[in-house]
Amino acid sequence: MTLQTIFQVMASGLLMGLIYALVAVGLSLIFGLMDVVNFAHGEFLMVAMYAMFGLVLLTGLDPILLTPLVAAGMFVFGAFAYLGVVRFAMRARSNKGMVQIFATFGLAVLLQGLAQTLFSPDFRNLPAAWLTGKTLNLGGVFLPWPQLYGCAVSLLAFVGLWLLMTRTDLGKALEATREDRGAVALVGIDANKVFMLGWGLGAALTGLAGAALSAFYYIHPQVGASFALIAYVTVALGGFGSVFGSLAAGIIVGLVEAATTLILPPSLKSIGIYALYLAVVLVRPSGLFGKA
Amino acid sequence: MSGASVSVAMTTFRRGRLRELALAGVLVIAVATVPLFVRDAYSMNVLILTLLYAALSQSWNILGGYCGQISLGHALYFGLGAYTTSLLYVHFGVLPWIGLAAGGALAALVALALGAMCFRLAGHYFTIATIVIAEIGLTLIHNWDYAGAAMGIQWPFGPDSWATLQFARDKTPYFHFVLGLFAVTWLVTWLIEESRWGYWWRAVKDNAEAAESLGVTIFSSKMMAAAISAFFTAAGGGFYAAFLSYIDPESVMSFRLSLLMALPAVIGGIGTLWGPVIGAVVLIPMTEVTRSYIGGSGAGTDLIVYGGLIMVIALARPEGLLSLLPRMSAEKTP
Repeated sequence: MTLQTIFQVMASGLLMGLIYALVAVGLSLIFGLMDVVNFAHGEFLMVAMYAMFGLVLLTGLDPILLTPLVAAGMFVFGAFAYLGVVRFAMRARSNKGMVQIFATFGLAVLLQGLAQTLFSPDFRNLPAAWLTGKTLNLGGVFLPWPQLYGCAVSLLAFVGLWLLMTRTDLGKALEATREDRGAVALVGIDANKVFMLGWGLGAALTGLAGAALSAFYYIHPQVGASFALIAYVTVALGGFGSVFGSLAAGIIVGLVEAATTLILPPSLKSIGIYALYLAVVLVRPSGLFGKA
Repeated sequence: MSGASVSVAMTTFRRGRLRELALAGVLVIAVATVPLFVRDAYSMNVLILTLLYAALSQSWNILGGYCGQISLGHALYFGLGAYTTSLLYVHFGVLPWIGLAAGGALAALVALALGAMCFRLAGHYFTIATIVIAEIGLTLIHNWDYAGAAMGIQWPFGPDSWATLQFARDKTPYFHFVLGLFAVTWLVTWLIEESRWGYWWRAVKDNAEAAESLGVTIFSSKMMAAAISAFFTAAGGGFYAAFLSYIDPESVMSFRLSLLMALPAVIGGIGTLWGPVIGAVVLIPMTEVTRSYIGGSGAGTDLIVYGGLIMVIALARPEGLLSLLPRMSAEKTP
């Protein structure tokens, strides 16, 4: 194993890690806001990827131009998922946790079915676009441009989210509602509306991840499952609800996954992430950056 | 309340408990005669799966429902049972009966070891840890050549026999075997419900801190529930391997299976004696029928119907379908 190989693998791991972070942050945001784990999170990602697929076929435009459109569409989709499903699951007086798990799991199965009906269970790829097949040679380390684009989307999304959370009224309302949803009602914030916007925002971030991912990953009704598990691990590793934690944990997960492939066969690549996750939560049950 | 009225209440309560036992006995005997009327292979298959999921969900319910520790990694124990039984039989000729017990014991031990690690985690953190651990198991099995890796294990063809649990033509014996397995899990749950452990579990579920201050040892309560729950889940896995005569990692250890084990209890009524049965009776035929009648073309319509129904039942009946029957749910709060 040359130093070159190690640099190459770790660079790929870093790029993938930024995508993992972006997939995870929507989940983390929603959890932090209202203590709900969305078991359809992987399917949100899948919907975003098919949305991109459909839009590219329909308009023939480059995926880069369509990325904001997919994110906007996913915002609306997330808001409707809250209004149509999650809002009712929140009202359950008994078994709250289970009702949320299985209501969102039902939604996940339904979305998979819809994707299969509309697009068939075939594996799809986006048609070749501007960035397809191009690589950047960085001193012998080759970085594919579609992945670099995904990395840029992820970093921009995190900067945007940070600005939103710290500089806008919506950010303040999200933060306040997360701290104490009873008290915000007293100052005239409608928690229901904040939750809806939170779901929209979480889904829009997942939409950005799906849009970026579809440029270099296959699209399939079940594509969400593997990403969802990594997202849960990332969120738990970073600490539920911690936005910065998701970013750091996503990068760590990407790097650890890449490092694992250096020493173990590719079919065991996830073992490293899972082992790291277990080691961390067993020592620090609330994750690396979670509030204890 | 005076001493006399307390003892009257206790007597009524005992009578209610015995009535449930009698009802279960009558139901099991009645169900045992079903193969006399149902002969076609398809319906028999659906019935066997329904009883299997009733037994699995009853086992899951012991840890998830009564003790309140939501595991979404029970596929690990199911897979351990299926693989232990298959490996012992295929490689060493050990009869599946012994394999079932061995798989159960192994799963119980694994549950204790994992419990020692994970029971400090609370809520979502515990649930996600169970998912991840099962996923580790799945990945390892996938890469274990001795256990057939991704190809799985095919049981050798042999003559029909109760000793090897192989019945190639008529599946009725499987029906009676899995009915027996269900009856045992139900009976164990019934026995535990009013035992010291049963009370401790519910105390841990409702308010762990208060329970501890009253002298309930939370940790050992959870460990006990985990071991019993894992044992019967693995026994179900061993049966499934004998029933299909073929297993592979995805069919016995995937995450989907963990959800499908929890689902009947949640749909029927979590933490209740009858919830898992009712959930399985509603859910499994529905799953099979939607799959075979509207899912044949691979169009995904079956998933739309199935997912939609799960969503609607979960939202419309958070306490489970059992709460539609006032008598039974009233008895749960004496």
